[in-house]
Amino acid sequence: MTTIKLKIDGHTIEVEKGTTILEAAKKINVKIPTLCHHEDLCVAGNCRVCVVEVKNRHRLEASCAVPAEEGMDILTNSAKVRNARKDIVSLLVSEHNTQCTTCYRNTNCELQDLAAEYNVDGNRFLSVLKPNLSIDKSSWSIEKDDSKCIRCQRCVRTCAELQHVNALTAANKGHEMKIATFMDLPFNEVVCTNCGQCVNRCPTGALTERRYFDQVWEAIGDPNKHVVMNTAPSVRVALGEMLGYEVGTRVTGKMVTAMRKMGVDSVLDTDFTADLTIIEEGNELLTRLKKVVKDGDKSIKLPMITSCSPGWVKFIEHMFPNHLGHLSTCKSPQQMFGALAKTYYAEKKGIDPKDIVSVAIMPCAAKKYEANRPEMNSSGYRDIDAGLTTREFGLMIKQAGLDFKNLEDTAFDSIMGESTGAGVIFGATGGVMEAALRTAYAVVTGRKVPFENLNITPVRGTDGIRAASIKIEGCLPEWNFLEGVELNVAVAHGLKNARVIMDEIAAGKSKYHFIEIMACPGGCIGGGGQPIPTNAEIRAKRTKAIYEEDMGKPIRMSHENPEITQIYEEFLGEPLGHKSHDLLHTHYQKRHRH
Amino acid sequence: MANNQLKRVDIIFSPYSVAPYEILRLTMHKEKSDVINELIESGLRGRGGAGFPTGLKWKYLAAEQDSEKYIICNADEGEPGTFKDRKLLVEVPRKVFSGMAIAAYVTGAKIGFLYLRREYRNLIPQLNKELDIFNESAKKFGLDFKISIFSGSGAYVCGEETALIESMEGKRGEPRNKPPFPIQNGYLGKPTLVNNVETFASTSMICRIGADKYKALGTDDQHGSKLFSISGDSPKEGVHELELGMKISDFVEEFGDGDTKAVQIGGVAGFCIPRKQFETSIIGEGNTTGGATMIFNSTRSMYNVLHNYLDFFAEESCGQCTPCRVGTQQLLKGIEAVKSGKKPASYLDDLIKLSKTMQITSKCGLGQSVTNSFASIIENFREEMIY
Ligand SMILES: Cc1cc2nc3c(=O)[nH]c(=O)nc-3n(C[C@H](O)[C@H](O)[C@H](O)COP(=O)(O)O)c2cc1C
Ligand code: SF4
Repeated sequence: MTTIKLKIDGHTIEVEKGTTILEAAKKINVKIPTLCHHEDLCVAGNCRVCVVEVKNRHRLEASCAVPAEEGMDILTNSAKVRNARKDIVSLLVSEHNTQCTTCYRNTNCELQDLAAEYNVDGNRFLSVLKPNLSIDKSSWSIEKDDSKCIRCQRCVRTCAELQHVNALTAANKGHEMKIATFMDLPFNEVVCTNCGQCVNRCPTGALTERRYFDQVWEAIGDPNKHVVMNTAPSVRVALGEMLGYEVGTRVTGKMVTAMRKMGVDSVLDTDFTADLTIIEEGNELLTRLKKVVKDGDKSIKLPMITSCSPGWVKFIEHMFPNHLGHLSTCKSPQQMFGALAKTYYAEKKGIDPKDIVSVAIMPCAAKKYEANRPEMNSSGYRDIDAGLTTREFGLMIKQAGLDFKNLEDTAFDSIMGESTGAGVIFGATGGVMEAALRTAYAVVTGRKVPFENLNITPVRGTDGIRAASIKIEGCLPEWNFLEGVELNVAVAHGLKNARVIMDEIAAGKSKYHFIEIMACPGGCIGGGGQPIPTNAEIRAKRTKAIYEEDMGKPIRMSHENPEITQIYEEFLGEPLGHKSHDLLHTHYQKRHRH
Repeated sequence: MANNQLKRVDIIFSPYSVAPYEILRLTMHKEKSDVINELIESGLRGRGGAGFPTGLKWKYLAAEQDSEKYIICNADEGEPGTFKDRKLLVEVPRKVFSGMAIAAYVTGAKIGFLYLRREYRNLIPQLNKELDIFNESAKKFGLDFKISIFSGSGAYVCGEETALIESMEGKRGEPRNKPPFPIQNGYLGKPTLVNNVETFASTSMICRIGADKYKALGTDDQHGSKLFSISGDSPKEGVHELELGMKISDFVEEFGDGDTKAVQIGGVAGFCIPRKQFETSIIGEGNTTGGATMIFNSTRSMYNVLHNYLDFFAEESCGQCTPCRVGTQQLLKGIEAVKSGKKPASYLDDLIKLSKTMQITSKCGLGQSVTNSFASIIENFREEMIY
């Protein structure tokens, strides 16, 4: 490793060659403002807010893009730098729709912060905001408001680099330059997975999730409606960030209380249907294995791939429409929940399903689209009436005027409120795989998976693709055909990595039996609907919290969840049975690639 | 130090040598390092605008340890009022290809491209004929170097070398961050030499006449001769080869119409020199020499001239970086607002300051150079901006 020495604001520092000035400054806690920079993405160097002065150079340098050089003498806060930054922020403001008070990102906007920091005078320059820009609200999931766009291209890079979708692109030049969808089509007509990663990386209010919380308030206020809310595993480890907690704080109990105080009639847990997914999906996997290994059935597709991430599902529908047979037919936990809320739950509680409003609180933008898919009405009604993001939910808690930090901890209601640690870890990449293995291994061998504390660490972590294999030994008699089989599994997160997995499958070269794929980097804890900002450090803390939550659960295998046993006994009959088929499984649709 | 008078030169359009690519053949008998040193010695600077010493650039490319290197001839010539590169490609393409081939010989590049401005695509058949002759000659001489033509995307900014490379890679024509420079990390991430059409033609001429003879032209500061695309209020519009180091007064005497009030040197990215500075200014010293030379007589409104420039910039900025994308719009709207009385005359000073910020913060030469014409026109013709 070659190192170089340079000076930043008078401090001498030694860094590895190739380190940018920005990174070097960070090491000595000198904060340089940025806008287009995002650590998940490649360097753009286009906003120019991060400029610094290098002594003996006339021009300033963009610290995010310029590598530190031996002997550089850098000033990050000289008069020259401050004046230039102020000009640049003023220019961005002059191009911006500055109606901050009515903006969804008000108080959580990077441009607003910088304008305040540099005390920008809004009258310094003339407004060059383009008149008559309309907001694209065509998508179920994402809204695009060009009047708020600062052209940093974070969204473009996100969609291209992390997701390999390329729904967004920089279009036109000069004063007409803008971020456009492919061919400038409405958002709902382009190939977009609705993952919302672009939304999560937008520094301003140009890209936001489509909001549905007003409808939810309305339902809560309607005495004739029975509102059931379910919250996804990853919401409880991120929601706190909206409400004054340190990143990585678990707020499960307070979250439950908050919902109750908001007037929600029944506070339930998506983790319950996560456990249910494991039972259905695990049985589906074992059935496929049986048909392939024992019966030699060539029509059965392996590897089987998880289907709980709706961004991933839409991705494969667009990009690999001829390989949909690999997807598990299981609905996502959200949609299983919706279908059961208006059947099983309604029946048990004696409530007319037409009066039930089911609301899902999700880390996700794609869940909104998923809830609106036409086929998601197997209960006879719209299974999920509204899907909200963690951010929308945090806002509702603020609107309700709750003193969140001082709420007591309470537990979810029953039925459909009980869950295991296996359900919880759905929120992190590798979690579905781990949960499935815990149960499948136990079903097949009657023993626990051979990992300390049930923690299947090989499938955990942050690598984009992780593979593991587990040798199945000591099978129970009915699973004898699996004796000695080396079960190959893989986990991928981020659609860029999903594509690698799918290319392998399409080429007939996949060696796996079972694959978990999540659209978002880090899985749901890094979902498009999670609090902003989200970055590697934040994802790591949320992940840690997820595994802590798992360890804290008395039951940590889905099949041991008593409410799961109950629902099969009292309602579903058996996994993959007739009712399951009607309510818990779905089909997919081939979509165009462009 | 200025020449005493303006000297026309006739090097670059001189007739070809008898046998095709004879200069290339002869140069290939020389040591590579000798060729590079001769170029450095000649004092030739890039003719595309930035004025980087050509010999050094070649030396750097030659030093790069990569088996894959590229040579690109920049024929994007997107600036209004310039047409010298076109003339070279029409009249003496062989000199341009010779220059590229010599560069390939000394640097070890095997593939070359002529990045041709879209509007020039009607030249392609003719250029391909010349390339046939080139390929045959190269084969005969044992030089492993192929040149093909790449038809440009049509945007002015694609003439900027890194935007040009992006556009060749099929991406949007946006300038890249520098470093890394194309010499280290250019086309397809490989070491790449980008030179202007005239630069390549000049290198082949230097190889023919020798550095000494070339260096004898011009001043201590600027060696050799150069093509000027002259336009505007001139009875002698067109491309002229002139010795470097001339005084503007001499230039105006030769090319003006007797009523010249200002000369724009170095095209839209350059400076506007008012009459009162004609005696004391030397072309190429403290101002840039790429691009067009425009002559304005007293009937011209300098407000209109500046307005046209700003219109051009606001449209031709690639739009990626803030100071350039928004700054150009602000300058344009700003002078309109002063003219119409919506902003006080003192606002012009705010705008000049803004243009200085653009100079030190923009990502590429386009945004960085707007201040040249902007400040020089406003400072010298302030009245015309206000009334
Ligand atoms: C906006 C912009 C446009 C440019 N257009 C051209 C062009 O049309 N032709 C050209 O040779 N160089 C152009 N350049 C300069 C190139 O970036 C580069 O410096 C040049 O091709 C290098 O060749 P030289 O060293 O032979 O001059 C432009 C630069 C900028 C910033
Ligand atoms: S200075 Fe202008 S042309 Fe150059 S990168 Fe910035 S916006 Fe693009």
